[in-house]
Amino acid sequence: MPDTILAPPPPPPAPEATLLDSNELVINMGPQHPSTHGVLRVILKLDGETVLGAECVIGYLHRGVEKIAENRTYQQFAPYVDRMDYVAAVSNGLGYCMAVEKLLDVEIPERAQAVRVILAEINRIASHLLWLGTHALDIGAITPVFLCFREREEALKIFEKYCGARLTTHAFRIGGLQYETHDTFEKDCLAFCDLMDEKLKEYHALLTGNRIWVNRTKGIGILNAADCKDYGVTGPVLRAAGEKWDIRKAQPYSGYEKYDFDIPTAENGDTFDRYMVRMEEVTQSCRIVRQAVEGLPAGPIKGKIGKVIKPPPGEAYVSIEAPKGELGYYVVSDGSLNPYRLRVRPPSFVNLGALDKMCRGSLVADVVAIIGTIDIVLGEVDR
Amino acid sequence: MSDAIKPGEGAPEAAKPAPAARKPIPKRPVKKPVVMETTPWEGPLADALKGRFGEEISLYGTYRGQNFIEVDVKAVYAIAAFLKNEEAFDYLVDLTAVHWPKKERPFEIVWILYSFDKNTRVRIKASLPDGGKAPSVTALYNTANWAEREVYDMFGVEFDNHPDLKRILMPDEWEGFPLRKEYDIMRQDEDWVRENLKIESAQ
Repeated sequence: MPDTILAPPPPPPAPEATLLDSNELVINMGPQHPSTHGVLRVILKLDGETVLGAECVIGYLHRGVEKIAENRTYQQFAPYVDRMDYVAAVSNGLGYCMAVEKLLDVEIPERAQAVRVILAEINRIASHLLWLGTHALDIGAITPVFLCFREREEALKIFEKYCGARLTTHAFRIGGLQYETHDTFEKDCLAFCDLMDEKLKEYHALLTGNRIWVNRTKGIGILNAADCKDYGVTGPVLRAAGEKWDIRKAQPYSGYEKYDFDIPTAENGDTFDRYMVRMEEVTQSCRIVRQAVEGLPAGPIKGKIGKVIKPPPGEAYVSIEAPKGELGYYVVSDGSLNPYRLRVRPPSFVNLGALDKMCRGSLVADVVAIIGTIDIVLGEVDR
Repeated sequence: MSDAIKPGEGAPEAAKPAPAARKPIPKRPVKKPVVMETTPWEGPLADALKGRFGEEISLYGTYRGQNFIEVDVKAVYAIAAFLKNEEAFDYLVDLTAVHWPKKERPFEIVWILYSFDKNTRVRIKASLPDGGKAPSVTALYNTANWAEREVYDMFGVEFDNHPDLKRILMPDEWEGFPLRKEYDIMRQDEDWVRENLKIESAQ
């Protein structure tokens, strides 16, 4: 065995010598800043209007979710995951339930899987709508936020009718579903899809051809596919860079292989492309919801699972395509009632790591657009 | 009145048939595993690793259809470099740790890698003694920068050659590492809370 195998990793590159330049300026953005979408602090190093570097200071919303998990039973912890990415609570719950189900090795009935897909896709639309409204607001367009919240309300109404909660839904249970769908469930979902198809035209009319919007987003915050992989950036940001990768297609879960849908991609990997990719994803989500509602099978909604959830000792990593990227749960069980260790792989946290790379060389006014385009939720970044 | 049956008094006890002795319910033989039941991992990738590395990799396992290897912590950088450069594992999904205080080497560090070309994941696990250091893979994957900072923040495990190893979620001056098992859920750094939040307790 050659000695090179045990060679230590190379030392980190020496930091660049700082020149005493009177133009260099370090300013602080946040943590109380309306466009940081929460409590994110960014330390910006500027040369005039140009950004030389950006350092994120996070942790203001740290609640120790992973520590809480170790002190709760598997069922008790389920509502906590909704509080991480609170605009896509359904996806969080889906990922958590699937991770525990993987450890338990149980089969989920087809009806439960289809309802899960429907609700997760409606949640993806709601999450993208909130992103679009606030992102446009950051850049200076006031109107879209009102329109987006109007449509998002319809999505939240479906959740409210289904499980009683609008945001922190706790819609799924380990092993399947808690509730059977309500009488008008299918009708509501189809009506929502029709509404979205119609309203998307309105958004495109407002923004896509708008000269101010195009000038503020084209060529801003470029991240190519190789850098995306290097930084672990997933979701719409990766797809906007041209990589056709979506966990729903690459490693289908919860019956996604049965539905016919496309993965929207773009080429340039800039802010405008990410906008177009997310808009197209809304259309594709509507397609999935329609197919799932039309083929909604009858049958039980909960798998064969006991009242006491006690997975055998073992570990599993399960990830899903959340609206913001790859959301993973790494669960370690020691055979007791509580998870021994539960690690969340949050897409927002990882994607935010690329902020420095995306900001370098851009103008200080564009930092706001770049933070918006990554689509972060600080509740998930800090957990 | 003396020979009338008082209300509430029924037939004498002896008339009742004696209750049959309950049959003990036979205990179902329940097989409960006490350790993770892994099966050996075989496949082209495992063979490639076996061909390149020897005793650095101590276990090739599969659990619930997910492949993992247990390795010597000194060889982690070399194995990750091999997987990235020669087997196209170009995406570090996650990097985390598990604390097993009763074990001789209490910290288990977990690297999860994914290959876009092969559409497959693999986990690398390595154990560390208390106070031991793991090699940083930041030179290979930029994702590791923040992930290693988080492991340091939560477990106090240090990484060699990390460009800027400092706390990420907890305040910089915080004492203690919250995700270690001996750190109680109600515990906090009282001095820090008093000094910075100007309150007696955050609970």
